[in-house]
Order: sequence, then C-alpha cells, then structure tokens
Amino acid sequence: MTIEIKAPTLPESVPDGTIATWHKNVGDSVNRDELLVDIETDKVVIEVVSPADGTLCSIVKKTGDTIVSNEAIGAIDEHAVQSTGTEDTKSASATTSSSEISDGKSGAQDNTAEAGPQTSPELLISPAARKLLQEHSLSPDAIDGSGKGGRITKEDVLARLDLNESPTAPVTPSSGGRIEERVPMSRLRAKVAERLLDASQSTAMLTTFNEVNMKPIMDLRHKYKDLFEHTHNGTRLGFMSFFVRSCVEALKKFPAVNASIDGNDIVYHGYQDIGVAVSSPRGLVVPVLRNADHMGMAAIEQRISEFGEKARDGKLGINEMTGGTFTISNGGVFGSLLSTPILNPPQTAILGMHKIQDRPMAINGEIKILPMMYLALSYDHRMIDGKEAVQFLVTVKDFLEDPSRIVLEI
Amino acid sequence: MAKEYDVVVIGSGPAGYVAAIRCAQLGFSTACVEKWLDNEGQTVFGGTCLNVGCIPSKALLDTSHKFAEAQHHFEAHGIKTSKVSIDVPAMIARKAKVVSQLTGGIKGLFKANKVDGLAGTGRVTGAKEVTVTAHDGGIDVLHAKHIIIACGSVPIEIPPTPIDKDMIVDSTGALDFMEVPKRLGVIGAGVIGLELGSVWARLGSKVTVLEALDDFLPMVDRQIARESAKIFTKQGLDIKLGARVTASTVSSQAKVPVVQVQYTDADGEQEGIFDKLIVAVGRRPSTENVLDKSVGVELDDRGYIKVNEQCATTIPDIYAVGDAVRGPMLAHKGMEEGVMVAERLANKKTQVNYDLIPSVIYTHPEVAWVGKNEEQLQAEGVEYTVGTFPFIASGRALAAADADGLVKLLADAKTDRILGCHIVGASAADLLQQVVIAMEFSASAEDIGLTMFSHPSLSEAVHEAALAANGHAIHIGNRKKR
Repeated sequence: MTIEIKAPTLPESVPDGTIATWHKNVGDSVNRDELLVDIETDKVVIEVVSPADGTLCSIVKKTGDTIVSNEAIGAIDEHAVQSTGTEDTKSASATTSSSEISDGKSGAQDNTAEAGPQTSPELLISPAARKLLQEHSLSPDAIDGSGKGGRITKEDVLARLDLNESPTAPVTPSSGGRIEERVPMSRLRAKVAERLLDASQSTAMLTTFNEVNMKPIMDLRHKYKDLFEHTHNGTRLGFMSFFVRSCVEALKKFPAVNASIDGNDIVYHGYQDIGVAVSSPRGLVVPVLRNADHMGMAAIEQRISEFGEKARDGKLGINEMTGGTFTISNGGVFGSLLSTPILNPPQTAILGMHKIQDRPMAINGEIKILPMMYLALSYDHRMIDGKEAVQFLVTVKDFLEDPSRIVLEI
Repeated sequence: MAKEYDVVVIGSGPAGYVAAIRCAQLGFSTACVEKWLDNEGQTVFGGTCLNVGCIPSKALLDTSHKFAEAQHHFEAHGIKTSKVSIDVPAMIARKAKVVSQLTGGIKGLFKANKVDGLAGTGRVTGAKEVTVTAHDGGIDVLHAKHIIIACGSVPIEIPPTPIDKDMIVDSTGALDFMEVPKRLGVIGAGVIGLELGSVWARLGSKVTVLEALDDFLPMVDRQIARESAKIFTKQGLDIKLGARVTASTVSSQAKVPVVQVQYTDADGEQEGIFDKLIVAVGRRPSTENVLDKSVGVELDDRGYIKVNEQCATTIPDIYAVGDAVRGPMLAHKGMEEGVMVAERLANKKTQVNYDLIPSVIYTHPEVAWVGKNEEQLQAEGVEYTVGTFPFIASGRALAAADADGLVKLLADAKTDRILGCHIVGASAADLLQQVVIAMEFSASAEDIGLTMFSHPSLSEAVHEAALAANGHAIHIGNRKKR
C-alpha cells in the first residue's frame, strides 16, 4: 500500500514553507518515525518523520521547493522493505500490492519471479501469499502456515517479512591523524542558532536577578504531595505549577512583561500563554501552555508532563510550539546555579529557574539554612523599564515564597 | 420395558433432526422425539423452521415478491399485463404444500438413516432417561446413553398485546392470513417483523412497523442499516422508531373489526388503528417442561440451557443445541451444533466456529452480514480498511433492473485479513456465503481480489469490494487514502 507523505498543517500565520533537506533518497528503506525531511518556515524548522515502515518510493517536492499546508511531498511504499537490508542504489522498489506507480516497476528485482518457489501442493498457499512469496523470493518452507490445515496466508508471509527487515547502517565519517569528527549542523540546530543570534543582536537584552526561599513551597509539597496525586489521578505536584501560576499572576500586574514587539507596535496580550522550555533528543523545544491563567495546578503539571513525553518521542505539533507570551526555562535540573537566559522573540522577557541549594541566610538577625533558588529575568529593555523588570521579578518571588497570595490574588 | 438407544434427541427442528441424522450416520442407534402435530393431527418433523418459520415465510416472501414485480416492475421491461391480483388462499395453499413436501422429506431422511422418529412430548427424567408422553396420554420411557435436547423456542408475548390468534397474531398467525389486511401493524422491526411486514406490504397492506428501540437494526453495520431503512421506506413500510406499545384494544365484535394500539414515541402518546396486528418482538427458549429438576441440568436466568463451547450441559452425556441454548437463534447455527455434538460423540474434534455465523434478512433486497462491523472494530481499536461497491455499478444488477444496495468488505489494515462483510442487495445471502468461506480460510481481501469471478454476475460486486479495500477497484472510483 502506498502512503502519501504530507507536509504538516502549518499554523495560520505561516503561509508556506521550503523543503530544506531530504534525509532519504528514493529507494531507501525507512522505518516508522525515522526522520525523512526538514521543512523550513520562518518560525521553526519542522522535521517530518516517516508514517510507516517501507521504502521511500517517490519524492514530489525537492530541496528548495515551496510547500503549503498538508501538501503531498512524497510517498512511501509500505512493507516493500529490501530483504537484503542495504541501500538499493538501483532504486527499484518492490511493491507488495498491485497499486503501481506510473513507471510500472512491479517486482523488478534481479531474482525474478520465474525462479520463484516451486510449490508442490499449491493448494496450501493462498493466492496473495503466493504472490508475496514470489515477489520476495521466499520459500514457503520457511513459513509456518496459520490458516486452515496449515495453509500459508498473506498474514503469515507479511509477518515473516517484518522479521527479515533490518535497518540500514549509518555512515560516520572520520579522518586520520588526531581524531576529529565533522558533523553538519542539523537544520533544526542551525535554525535555533540563527534565532538566538537574532535575539541578542536585535534586542536590548539584559538580565536582572533575585533569589527565592523555596521552603514554603517545599513544605506545601511535602504536606499535600500524596493527597494531590490521589485527587488528581496520579498527576504529581511539581515545582513548575507554582512557577507558572506565580508568573501568570505577576504578568497580570505587569502587562509589559507579557507583551510582544511586532514591527513598530507593542502588542499587549490579554491572555498568558506560557512557554515551558523542554529538552528533547533533537534539541531545546518550547511547547506552550495556552491560556495558563485558566489552568489549575493539576492541569499545568499534567500538560507539562505530556509535553515532556511528546518532546522525547518527537511528537510535539507545530501548534503546540508556536506563540507564547512569556517563557520559563529551568536550568536548575541540569545543575545550573545562575545563568542569563536568552529571550525567545517576539517575547520580551524570559524567566530562568535554577538549582535549589541550601544556603545560610540571615533572617531577623539569625542564620538559617534555607533551600534557595536564584531567579533570573532576561528582558528587552526597549519595552520594559528596569524598575518594571525588577518589580516583576520581586512579585514572582513574593508569590513563590507565599503561595497563599496566589489564591488571595494579592 | 424401556427402549434402549445410544442417542435420544428431543425435538426435530433443524438442530434436532440434523443431530439425529448425523448420529445415525455415525452408527449410533438414534431416536428423535417430536410433539408437533399439523392441522390434521398428524406428527410432522422439522420444528418451527419447517412448519411456521424459515420455510413458510420464504415461500410467502417469494410469492409476494413475484406479485410486486408483476405489479410495479414489469412495465419498465416492456411487459404488458392487465390488472394483477393475488389469490391469498391459493398462496397459502402453495406454502402449505412446500412445507409438507419438506416435512415429508425429513420423515424420509429419518427412515433412510434409520432414525426412530417418535411422536409425543419428550422430557428428560433422569441422567440417562427420556420419558415420552404420547398424544393419547400413553407413557414410554427411553434409556439413552446420550441425550440431545433440541426443544427450540417460541415467540415472546408482551402484556399490552396478548395474542388472540385472530386480530393479534404472532409470526405463526401472520403466515396464515386468508386475506390481505388493509392496515397491518407490526410490533418489532427485527428480522421477522421486517420479513412478514414485507410480505403483506407487497400484497397491498398499508404496513406500520412499531419499533421500541431508537436505532434501526442495531446489530447491523450502521451504513448497511441506513441503506436498508431507506430502501424499505421506499417500498412503503412505515417504520416508526422509539415507539413503545403501551396498550391495545380489540373490537372484533364491531361491524368492522379493528385493533387499536396505543404507543408512546418522542412526540408523546400516539394511536394506530389496524385490521391485523403482528407481534414480532423476539423469541425465547421453550425449556420450561423439558427437564426434571432432579436431573440437575442448569438453565440461565433467561431460560437457556447452560452449555459450553461444545454444547455439553452441566450433566455428563446430556447436550443441548439450537434455540434452546446461547447464541443467535438461527437454524444454521443449530444445525452445525447438532453436527458438532454428533461428531464429538464419535470422538471427532468438530467445533462450531461461533465467530463466523452469517445472518440474513430475507426481504428484497436481502440484508446479510458476517464477522465484525465498523462500529465494533472502532470500539475494539482495530485499524481496518473498507471496500464498498454499490450494485448500481454492477452490469448484472442493472440488466436485472435490481440494483439497490451495496457490498461492504472490512479488512485488517496491517494484515489485510478479512474481518467482516456486510451486504444489502439481491441475493445478498448467496454473495455473502462466498466471503464466509473465504474467512474460514483466513483469506485476505487481496486473495479475493486475485480470484477470478464470472462476468457478468452479482458476485463480481464482492470481487470489486475486495479490490476497493486495497484501493484499486476497477469499476468504481477509489477513495484517496486518508
């Protein structure tokens, strides 16, 4: 069966995209979820993965071609995997079903049908199974028939072909002398690099710091951890929900921090879409919690957990990654004590969370050991005054140090 | 002195007579006890199916179909007739002749296979004992090494509409009307209600079918059910869904005897006035008097005899088959169960495949189905492909001027194995049977696609539907893969 490869649905603000790089050639065997092609838009680089196991049998849009939402860019022939397991430079693809592609290459392998398996009791093999066996030069003796009376069914042959399939070996370059490895930047990484450079060059970015005593939140978590999990169907109470809610309340008080620059206009958003930076195998991605103001603590935790899973599996959708009025980045999970996060344009501010570390603090003339976290707010000075930025960050700190203020909206 | 048999079968309907014949073929001394008497007081074999079910209903369906063809469809062919009329008593008489031919046939088969057909009411009175009460009261006790209970089922009655065998009838009565009722009410839009409603509608009745459920034919694939509803409505059946009958009044003494039926539907209380009313709300197992409690054979709370997959009851050497046990109340299911029990007695490993029981509604067009439908596959989370082919695209169907309906084939998206087939159209039962056979051999849709079909035949629709499931039907456009 031929499956179309389609460009993903592009968000409204993105009219079209460009084919940046095909990672596979016609005739290559591909596995489900294997990276096929990068599509570049001016916001993001979208990676398109294979919808199924099979062979890439046609490329409709080549590198540099413009594509629109959901446009067909190629096709996969399902199940037509080379049983030899190496890339077929002759680009002949075996078709299992009789749905032919225009050049009519059905079963055009070197070992052709005429040498096909001689079967003595041919009654024991169903017509479709017979066809498959011949197309793949398989002997019926190799297959256990699960049909009536030991008959070999199409299903049996397909199952055997699944087993035969082996993935293509990757090629890694290396050179002599001192070990060096030259790897071209993935399109995604190149795009991310570009945007970061853009952020620091076209904005007046600087960072203001503060520190927060995490004990109240930690106590709260300790006290209600189990009840929360129990009440909210296994969703765990983490830190992020506190941070998101605190930021949301602070953003309501300081709308400039929630705004974006669009050309010469400042757009003040009447909602808070909070981006949460997540590390994925392909790099940093920032899925967005839409209308975070309307989300309760459990909903936030649940959604972030989902984002983490999806990011790991490479299943985040474009809609989930675009937009956002403010971003939270957590370097603390990797051990960072203090850092200066880079803005996520067109947003005007980003909050960096860091490692929670016990430090001796002076409280009312006494030394107390408290679990402290440094907060960093990077912001665009063109938009946000120093005073606003500092006060915003203090407000966030106040909410974090006394979560009841979130409830009381003070 | 008790008579000894290897096997005693109680009931000679399709499950019973088939079990008896097969037992005898396998060398068992076999008796089959039957209590049914015909109108002349003679013992007749064949049970509900032959006497008041499958066979007589099909006879009337065929007669009425020919009448409807002559009345409404001959003109289009250029055949000129003067006013066509139906002689109902003659139709009924022909039906009786067909029935009698077949019941006589069973008698003949019993003789040929040396099955002792015994007249009387059989009852299991011991683990190895069947007591037969003759119609004159005489008692006969049979000793049996094995007992097979095939006592069948009876129509269900509902309190608002008690059967009086005159104005309010069950399916048996509906097969014996002596004139075409002007207004006919049918309670129940199931298989029996639709078939009987069809018969009389074709002969001129204004038929109203009152169905309590909100869905039409809920056990059928939704697309096929919708298509069938459209066709039957076009044929003149007024099918009212969500209509629950609450009361009825029979005024048979009035100048013009009628039945008034009260029912509630979505719009509130309604009333229907009919010249005859058929109650076809289902059937229940008729097991109240066939077992002595002391024997210990268990029944479930709906009266079905509890059996395992091989139709063995809770008591060793006592089996039960057909409508008396779980499963669809279909003659062919009972027949195959009868064969299974007989063959297992002879140590063969026969097993009924309960997953591939075909069902048919013998209206015209017929509705037939086997395996899973789309709704079931979706509920089970199975990914599947669909291939449909409408008869309007079939040369044979068009030539016959009989092109309502379609064939629908469902296959596993990964393995292409056929998971179900659903057909509404002329000869649906026979077309479906091809797919049932294929499914017994674990066929894939492609297997049917690679098989050659005669042209021009209705069967080609099955071929095309199989090709369509794989996206390359020839005689109809193919849906783009989603």
